[in-house]
Amino acid sequence: MTTVALKPATMAQALTRAMRDAMAADPTVHVMGEDVGTLGGVFRVTDGLAKEFGEDRCTDTPLAEAGILGAAVGMAMYGLRPVVEMQFDAFAYPAFEQLISHVSRMRNRTRGAMPLPITVRVPYGGGIGGVEHHSDSSEAYYMATPGLHVVTPATVADAYGLLRAAIASDDPVVFLEPKRLYWSKDSWNPDEPSAVEPIGRAVVRRPGRSATLITYGPSLPVCLEAAEAEGWDLEVVDLRSLVPFDDETVCASVRRTGRALVVHESGGFGGPGGEIAARVMERCFHHLEAPVLRVAGFDIPYPPPMLERHHLPGVDRVLDAVGRLQWEAER
Amino acid sequence: MTVMEQRGAYRPTPPPAWQPRTDPAPLLPDAAPYRVLGTEAAAQADPGLLRRLYAQLVRGRRYNAQATALTKQGRLAVYPSSVGQEACEVAAALVLEDRDWLFPSYRDTLAVVARGVDPVQALTLLRGDWHTGYNPREHRVAPLCTPLATQLPHAVGLAHAARLKGDDVVALAMVGDGGTSEGDFHEALNFAAVWQAPVVFLVQNNGFAISVPLAKQTAAPSLAHKAVGYGMPGRLVDGNDAVAMYDVLSEAVRHARAGGGPTLVEAVTYRVEAHTNADDDKRYRTDAEVTAWREHDPIDLLEKELTARGLLDEDGIRAAREDAETLAADLRARMNQDPELDPMDLFAQVYAEPTPQLREQRAQLRAELEAEAEGTH
Repeated sequence: MTTVALKPATMAQALTRAMRDAMAADPTVHVMGEDVGTLGGVFRVTDGLAKEFGEDRCTDTPLAEAGILGAAVGMAMYGLRPVVEMQFDAFAYPAFEQLISHVSRMRNRTRGAMPLPITVRVPYGGGIGGVEHHSDSSEAYYMATPGLHVVTPATVADAYGLLRAAIASDDPVVFLEPKRLYWSKDSWNPDEPSAVEPIGRAVVRRPGRSATLITYGPSLPVCLEAAEAEGWDLEVVDLRSLVPFDDETVCASVRRTGRALVVHESGGFGGPGGEIAARVMERCFHHLEAPVLRVAGFDIPYPPPMLERHHLPGVDRVLDAVGRLQWEAER
Repeated sequence: MTVMEQRGAYRPTPPPAWQPRTDPAPLLPDAAPYRVLGTEAAAQADPGLLRRLYAQLVRGRRYNAQATALTKQGRLAVYPSSVGQEACEVAAALVLEDRDWLFPSYRDTLAVVARGVDPVQALTLLRGDWHTGYNPREHRVAPLCTPLATQLPHAVGLAHAARLKGDDVVALAMVGDGGTSEGDFHEALNFAAVWQAPVVFLVQNNGFAISVPLAKQTAAPSLAHKAVGYGMPGRLVDGNDAVAMYDVLSEAVRHARAGGGPTLVEAVTYRVEAHTNADDDKRYRTDAEVTAWREHDPIDLLEKELTARGLLDEDGIRAAREDAETLAADLRARMNQDPELDPMDLFAQVYAEPTPQLREQRAQLRAELEAEAEGTH
């Protein structure tokens, strides 16, 4: 798998490289947002883009998320391909009306005359010690809006491949970047970028036979670690794309293992796990040995940083839930 | 050094980062709405323009009446009338070049039609057979926008993109007095001014946001004054004076096209009819108030000027009315036909490619339709 050419890169570097390559390949790609220019973004994900492509291509906007996304709509109407950075998950909320009332439905409303190829990058999730309003898992809001694609990478290679696909997509994509994985490293060579990943395909990250852990984004490393626990042989599915949802890959895995657990940071009530569990139940009922369980964040406002570890699903909580998948009958 | 000596050396200075910005004086609107009709300036107005405006106003008034009639016949789900505001609607469309873009709100069907969009297609939203009935790219008219002021940042982004591309395109965005309270109004004006985007914001201050009068909407000296806070010029104009509207908007468009940045234009006008056919305006205003505005009617004002200058006679008035009648008859005839509906369109163009989930749901609807057809035959 590894060759001498590979060197470690962070997810943040892969994302930067994806935008840089997209901008170099397509002059209509414009990056915009708060602090994305001179500073390179608060997470440095747009580092160097303004310098390389000029401030007209990587623009520091006024501090107004609805205005940023609304302006991006107009830019897309004129043929540009805006890549919008929302500085943090919770700071994207002022842009909700633009996202829901315009971005998601402009193609449908105009019978295809006016698609909006906009990528909305949102750093999301907790685990970085952020104070209030800096750690939300907002994916359920986006998933509930028809017309949006909702994508979230969990690996360095996917960060590149999926962001390239998002920018190339003629549909709007909410691109959720797991903040706590920004500095995760992998042996990925930024000079030989991997192929662009198609949006909408989940992937089995670790094959196993006893149960399927269905997860995405920041919870993938948790699940992979849990899967190494002794006594279990767990399969881990990385969804990568919440919309469109890859029923095929997920259900094929669950039919093989007969048990499924959905793991995410987002709150459980009304969260993505409910939808996923229902889909699995509807399609795999006769293959299931136990109800599909959810391991999620608690249904509380995101906790202060000194308490967040109690909220975030960790390896132990995942393994406890695996233990509750009705193994008695088999023993 | 003693404390007193230190104090002696201390010289108060302004905050180091502070610099004088834009001089507000040239940005301020006039003290009273700018007018042409009924003033000496009217004599300078181009006869061709006056006749063109007149014909469009008469058409617009007739279109309004016909559309409201169609609501009573059940042919339109709803119609927000722009009776009394025709001068704003018509001027907004006529000042634009073909390559420019218009961003209308839901009350601006007239402007959309005056821009050249098919009158039936312009009513698709309000008939309810689809959301946008015309191709926005064909006439460079954005979809009629219902969520207030949310189309304004679109106009800014489009104008900005055009400018980046080197195209001398101007975007004209329309909003009402109520819409100026929305956050998107603020954000759009701010972005436009910071980017010096070639945008003209036209606020039709028609006195009411459904039932809420302007006094409950803002404490600003005028809506045009809001421009100053963003560093752009504000213009106050009589929205029922078609010539004044045309002049002010043309000037703002020229200014934007020449790289001068955005302008905020407040047109002082009045919504003579209720908010929509579903509204009861007797609950929030008096007949006397409406009557006063009916006497300041945009068509009458222009007609008086044209007749006084000998540019319009009985025959001319009749011709304009006949032209409007033709438009109304065509609209009536075409709107009295049931629109063709295909339920399968619901799944078209949600995405470029339907998701697997939408493909399943499409199949479900198709099966339901087939079962329905079998059941009824």
